[in-house]
Amino acid sequence: MSTSKVIHAFYNDDDILMDAVKKIKGEHHHIEEVFCPFPVHGLDKALGLAPTRLAITAFFYGITGLCFAIWMTNYMMIQDWPQDIGGKPNFSWFANMPAFVPIMFELTVFFAAHLMVITFYMRSRIWPFKEAENPDPRTTDDHFLMEIPVNGNEEELKALLETTGAVEINIVDKH
Amino acid sequence: MYQFSGKLKILAIALMILGALGTVASFMSAPKTLEDAKEILAKQNAHHGEHEAADSHGEEKAHAEEVKTEAHAKVEKHAAEAHGADSTAVHTEEHKADSTNVHAVDTAHTEKRTEKHVAVTVAHNDTIKAHADNHEEEHAIHAFHQMQNRPWAAFFVALMFFLGVTLLVLAFYAIQRVAQAGWSVVLFRVMEAITANLHYVSVIMLVFLILTFMHMNHLFPWMNEGVFDPQSPNYDPVVDGKKWFLNTPGWLIRSIFYLTVWNVYRFVIRKGSIAQENGDLKLHKRNYNISVVFLFLFLITESMMSWDWIMGIDPHWFSTLFGWYVLATFLVSALTVIAFVTIYLRAKGHLPFVNDSHIHDLAKYMFGFSVFWTYLWFAQFMLIWYADIPEETTYFLLRFNEYKVPFLAMVVMNFIFPILLLINSDFKSVPWFVTIGGVVILAGHYLDLFVMIMPGTVGAQYGFGIGEISGILFFLGLFIYATFSAFAKANPLAKGNPFLHESETHHYYNIEHRGEDSNH
Repeated sequence: MSTSKVIHAFYNDDDILMDAVKKIKGEHHHIEEVFCPFPVHGLDKALGLAPTRLAITAFFYGITGLCFAIWMTNYMMIQDWPQDIGGKPNFSWFANMPAFVPIMFELTVFFAAHLMVITFYMRSRIWPFKEAENPDPRTTDDHFLMEIPVNGNEEELKALLETTGAVEINIVDKH
Repeated sequence: MYQFSGKLKILAIALMILGALGTVASFMSAPKTLEDAKEILAKQNAHHGEHEAADSHGEEKAHAEEVKTEAHAKVEKHAAEAHGADSTAVHTEEHKADSTNVHAVDTAHTEKRTEKHVAVTVAHNDTIKAHADNHEEEHAIHAFHQMQNRPWAAFFVALMFFLGVTLLVLAFYAIQRVAQAGWSVVLFRVMEAITANLHYVSVIMLVFLILTFMHMNHLFPWMNEGVFDPQSPNYDPVVDGKKWFLNTPGWLIRSIFYLTVWNVYRFVIRKGSIAQENGDLKLHKRNYNISVVFLFLFLITESMMSWDWIMGIDPHWFSTLFGWYVLATFLVSALTVIAFVTIYLRAKGHLPFVNDSHIHDLAKYMFGFSVFWTYLWFAQFMLIWYADIPEETTYFLLRFNEYKVPFLAMVVMNFIFPILLLINSDFKSVPWFVTIGGVVILAGHYLDLFVMIMPGTVGAQYGFGIGEISGILFFLGLFIYATFSAFAKANPLAKGNPFLHESETHHYYNIEHRGEDSNH
């Protein structure tokens, strides 16, 4: 297996990190990953990450839930066994629609919320007993880490990173 | 400083003149005598006949529905006996009200059940035919009163709409001050300018209320003569039980109190806001305190205003969340109006410090409160539909039978359309998307108020004609005049507010700001 080298540059301030990211992107170096202890506003824009489509999936999940609720109420209350329950009209689904709206609403929200969360877990590859991919435990506390792959330009990269205010620069072999 | 352009001024004045002329015309064209009304009815019946010739029940059906609406117009009142004898169904009673005037009370008793059937299933032509002659005369009197009400109601809907919207802009402005909102400071002068309209519409409202107090119209059935008098054929024991609240002196005093509270706050806060331009934080705190007091008074006066001016039209009906529901209707419209004026002024280059994020925030509010309105509308409707207690259900039965198109169109315009259009975050910052959504929202909420007021005042004699359009045009002209002349009188930026810088640099991370950098 080929081993590739990466540079881990550490920062202890999110403003310095943001400036560093902009500078490195300006020099056309590829940033593999940035590890932060908390969300840094604007970091995704600075890194040039594509916007998330999670909201779009949630919208369609919501529509799915709505359709499910309509089908379920129609099948159970109108088609399968249309009983007279307290004089509620069950001649058609529309005649009794207001009674089904709370269920329609809740199932829309239920589907949208839960399926979106599950989508998020799957896309982010998060699950119980998953091995943490943390290159340095300090990044969960008070340090920011920028990971840049090295392609034979080790010294140049190191010099560049030192000018951006990195507090520590390590070169690591990555499998 | 902004200059109120001559073109806009001419437009505003033209709208007002056009609206005033149309309103006068609609008053002139209302039937003066019973004979005129009968003539109009005959024409209507001929028209109906063409369509329903094939339907043998056609006439009876139309008639039965007429009868139902009569209960709301309350030209005739129930007999006391009718009320005491039967507590099961109000529309039975209300229905009977028509017959009690002409029939002996005991026969009315025996016919009660059949009449109930008529109201619900709309089919028993035999019972109706028995009353046909008397009904016809009563129906004509009834329709005559409704026709006479129509120009008044048309004017009242437009007046109430613009008053409510302006009032809720003021309330939203007070909320922004009390919440110490950081984003909206650059919009303060826009909101203040819109609320200048409050003084004008309040004066018109006051005149309108005094005319109503003087019995110049029949919009409020509980004001009719003899309603509180047990000896009178108009005696209404249900309304008599509410006399402690529904009496004209109390009603007028309350109304004047509401108008005074709102106008005083608007006057004081506008002065305070301009005084604050020197940057004095003590003035800021003072404006904050005044706004807190106003919001407290506002919520009380707004609820009571909705009982007095809107729910009072159907004095047999009551709903607990009606005040909130009216609030929601006006609040969505108010936010839409703020967005419109902001978009217009920004497009003309008078608000260089307003960026796409501000528009985005306003659109978010429009979206959110559209859903809030739907929630309250549905909560009110569904609770009444579900329990189906006759005294509550008549309210919606009438609306669903006679006002089906506006009643259902309203849900599409106020809920489905804005929710699908404004759910997308990118769309919310595009002015023309917000404008399209806003036009539909405003029309939908006008319709909402229309469906609140019209059934109880004009019943089946409703329509959307010169009177209704003129009312809107008149108040639209007044609104434009008041707003833009007030905006021209002060600095467009509320300087001296400690949150001003935060507002100027307001930026919602999620949206693209399009082509606005050239303005900065």
